[in-house]
Amino acid sequence: MKQFLVFVRKEFYHVFRDRRTLLILFGLPIMQILLFGYALTTEVKNAKIIVVDQAKDAASEQLIAKINASSYFDIEPGEDMEAAFKKGNIRCAVVFPADFENEKRIQIIADASDPNTAKTLTNYLTSIIQPPSAQPYQIIPVTRMLYNPALNGSMNFVPGVIALVLMIICTTLTSVSIVREKENGTMEILLVSPFNPTYVVLAKAVPYLVLSLVDFILIILLSVFVLDVPIRGSLLLLFAESTLFIISCLSLGLLISSVTQSQQTAMLISMMGMMLPTILFTGFIFPLENMPLPLRIISYFIPSRWYYFIVKAVMLKGLGFWAVWKQTLVLAGMTVTLLTISIKRFKIRLA
Amino acid sequence: MRTLRFLLEKEFKQIFRDKGLLPVIFIMPVIQLLIMPLAANFDVKNINLAVIDHDHSSYSQQLLSKIGSSGYFHITGNAASFPEAMKQIESEEADIIIEIPANFEEQLIKEGAEPIYLAADAINGTKAGLGSSYLNTILADFNSEIRMKLLPQQANTGIDIRSSDWFNPYLNYRIYMVPGILVILVTMVCGFIAALNIVKEKEVGTIEQINVTPVKKWEFIMGKMIPFWIIGMIDFTIGLLIARLVYGIIPVGNLFLLYGFLSVYLVALLGFGLLISTYSDTQLQAMFVAFFFIIIFILMSGLFISVDNMPVWGKVIARLSPVTYFIDVMRMIILKGSGFSDIKIPLLIEIAFAVILNGWAIFNYRKTA
Amino acid sequence: MNEKAITCKGLTKRFGDFIAVDNISFEVNTGEIFGFLGANGAGKTTAMRMLCGLSFPSSGEATVAGYDVFTKQESIKKNIGYMSQKFSLYENLTVKENIRFYGGIYGLTNAELKEKGEGLINKLGLHSESKKLVGELPLGWKQKLAFSVAIIHQPKIVFLDEPTGGVDPVTRRQFWDLIYDAADSGITIFVTTHYMDEAEYCNRISIMVDGRIDALDTPANLKQQYKAETMDEVFYALARGAKRSAD
Repeated sequence: MKQFLVFVRKEFYHVFRDRRTLLILFGLPIMQILLFGYALTTEVKNAKIIVVDQAKDAASEQLIAKINASSYFDIEPGEDMEAAFKKGNIRCAVVFPADFENEKRIQIIADASDPNTAKTLTNYLTSIIQPPSAQPYQIIPVTRMLYNPALNGSMNFVPGVIALVLMIICTTLTSVSIVREKENGTMEILLVSPFNPTYVVLAKAVPYLVLSLVDFILIILLSVFVLDVPIRGSLLLLFAESTLFIISCLSLGLLISSVTQSQQTAMLISMMGMMLPTILFTGFIFPLENMPLPLRIISYFIPSRWYYFIVKAVMLKGLGFWAVWKQTLVLAGMTVTLLTISIKRFKIRLA
Repeated sequence: MRTLRFLLEKEFKQIFRDKGLLPVIFIMPVIQLLIMPLAANFDVKNINLAVIDHDHSSYSQQLLSKIGSSGYFHITGNAASFPEAMKQIESEEADIIIEIPANFEEQLIKEGAEPIYLAADAINGTKAGLGSSYLNTILADFNSEIRMKLLPQQANTGIDIRSSDWFNPYLNYRIYMVPGILVILVTMVCGFIAALNIVKEKEVGTIEQINVTPVKKWEFIMGKMIPFWIIGMIDFTIGLLIARLVYGIIPVGNLFLLYGFLSVYLVALLGFGLLISTYSDTQLQAMFVAFFFIIIFILMSGLFISVDNMPVWGKVIARLSPVTYFIDVMRMIILKGSGFSDIKIPLLIEIAFAVILNGWAIFNYRKTA
Repeated sequence: MNEKAITCKGLTKRFGDFIAVDNISFEVNTGEIFGFLGANGAGKTTAMRMLCGLSFPSSGEATVAGYDVFTKQESIKKNIGYMSQKFSLYENLTVKENIRFYGGIYGLTNAELKEKGEGLINKLGLHSESKKLVGELPLGWKQKLAFSVAIIHQPKIVFLDEPTGGVDPVTRRQFWDLIYDAADSGITIFVTTHYMDEAEYCNRISIMVDGRIDALDTPANLKQQYKAETMDEVFYALARGAKRSAD
């Protein structure tokens, strides 16, 4: 046991002595949380628009004042909308025809090169120009926003960022650190030591397990205290599920390290082969249901997809184990499979 | 000049001999350009809707079939009660619940007003927001249809709002994403590989051999940059062809202008790679640092999420990245057909990036320590 | 005009508090084989890097091929060859391509490239391997090739940093034959080594201890001075007093 601790300590020295590893370990999660929390919002504010008022009458001016008063829009001077669109200065244009008073017609032109913003802006403008008014036979939609009444954009990203960061740290750093020992030849030295080879590998994995949990706690603290994302469910359950996910990522890292010979390859495989699929197929940036079937099938094989579901359910919806047992089972199955394959591969390599 | 020729000759030989590098340069971008736009689709469609119809009247039937045929919604089935529908939300089978109260039709006619309850899973704010606003639009449409039937003589008092969507009339998300993704791919390939390539010479020790030769600083740097500049141009051209053949995106604007901007952008990008390499001793260090910055560049570039929505400090970060301007200009030229005068300012900024990044890197690259 | 290939006066290099090279002075005559000896960490490589223009001296003065190491580094580089401890040819280029590349950047004309390249391959007997990647060659051949490439432009001086590390005795012998050939053609040789038998091949040697040069003379004179039978004993006598531990 004492020997084991010596190995673990050596691993921590490696991590803390390299500034660039620390950058990835702590800089990346903090930066991602802050960027996703504050900078990357899909909420449209202060969109620049142009108003072409050919009527210039009381009614049109009243409407323009209303649009201007809204926090969604900033009216830019000038009336040459084509030029403004091409310069990328405006997102939208509103045209009042000369005979607005009688025609009661308004043209909204949106820069639909960004389709979602175009749709959102058109919706906003429509509701400003034509507020729902009391009319006979009125259907009144009453909308409730579940779990997130303030539409806090961070809610969607936090579970995704957790998954992404754990994936990077466990998979990339673990595989690179093992392959580094291989490359330097120090692995051989460790393996000829009177120490059980399985412990050598375990000693490499433990520090990253610990660091991942530290990172996880860091992200949770940042989310709760900085981004106002609540934890509604059991913290214990969340922790347990995260440990499971971390172990599955570690096994993946081990697997990569057992099939690669150079740090560079390990890094490329874990980044190109793991990071990109994680970003694409977890569903926290791009909705999975929009994808064609083959891609959706791929997504079922990505552990982070299941973990993402679990974190959302437990952390944000406050659901108990009963709601996530199926996903947990899938994740556990993947973990066991990955772990078995990587241990087998490792033994073969040793033999 | 003769020296430069030998440097280039050597560089190209090495690149084309590297069996690991070639697929990364030429095949990976193609595959990514074929897969990414399929996956990276923010289009809010296929919203799953759980229905609780307490009314079962002809109105409620008409409303539901109108919603079902809108193309945005997929009705997952009827739930008997709200808790039952909530189960579907919890398991993510449904995104939005629509609840039609009992005696909806009767009350609407008798009382002249009747609510319909919507509840959206708002963890994904965009989906909840756009989804419920689609529903509102459908409800308003349905409402005026009913009104027309009940009160055929009453003229429509509202303002007739027509909206048109320029540059992308079918609101096809891929048209928006493909040019941006192309920029990211060129950035990853050139930025990463250029940085790694130089650090590799450091690691292996060949750079020291070059440093004791009379090769001049600028010759060595040009010898490294020109091959990757050419590769960037080729990758970009392949990407444009894929955009055209696979996604049907034909640039509206001037191609010369686009390539002009690209050539400046590549110089800036390669300068960045060079800069990273001067600060790193091993390929691994260079990869970590490059990875960190490329993630920031991609997230903040406006590729997925518009820079306009960012707070001031976010905009500052976005403006400090050469990637942001190129994505902007790509979309302007390809989708809107913007001309030289429209992109003059971003072009000047990109030139400034190229000068500063390369100047800094050359200053930092020393033949003598 | 200057018959000294290298002159060096009070040359010093500091890294922070650490004085790697401490006030060394010596001269190397044109055409001689100059052995630069010292234990690991004594400062040999640092001194050599300053002379090659890879690193600026902290103080002192030195000229190489008549050019000042502070101001004329680029001129120095035109007149020297260098072979580092680390193997520094491109492993993923062939023998021919490496020769062509290094010859090319030293400004050889196409005719010279062809002629020298062929001559070099013949001399080393690398005919059947000329189209092989350098990475596939055995270490001894790589080192001989690296040396030949380092003098392909017929420099005035060539610097060799432990050129025979890890090479078998037979190959080392062949390597020294190449060095003698080069010296005969008028190239000054500046070589560091750990092999004392190699030190005997040099015209003159200097021995560095803790950044200083503690001895400088012909091998015969040194042996006499230290009353030693072999160079090994001379080296022990000097290096025993070193305070810096080997790295």
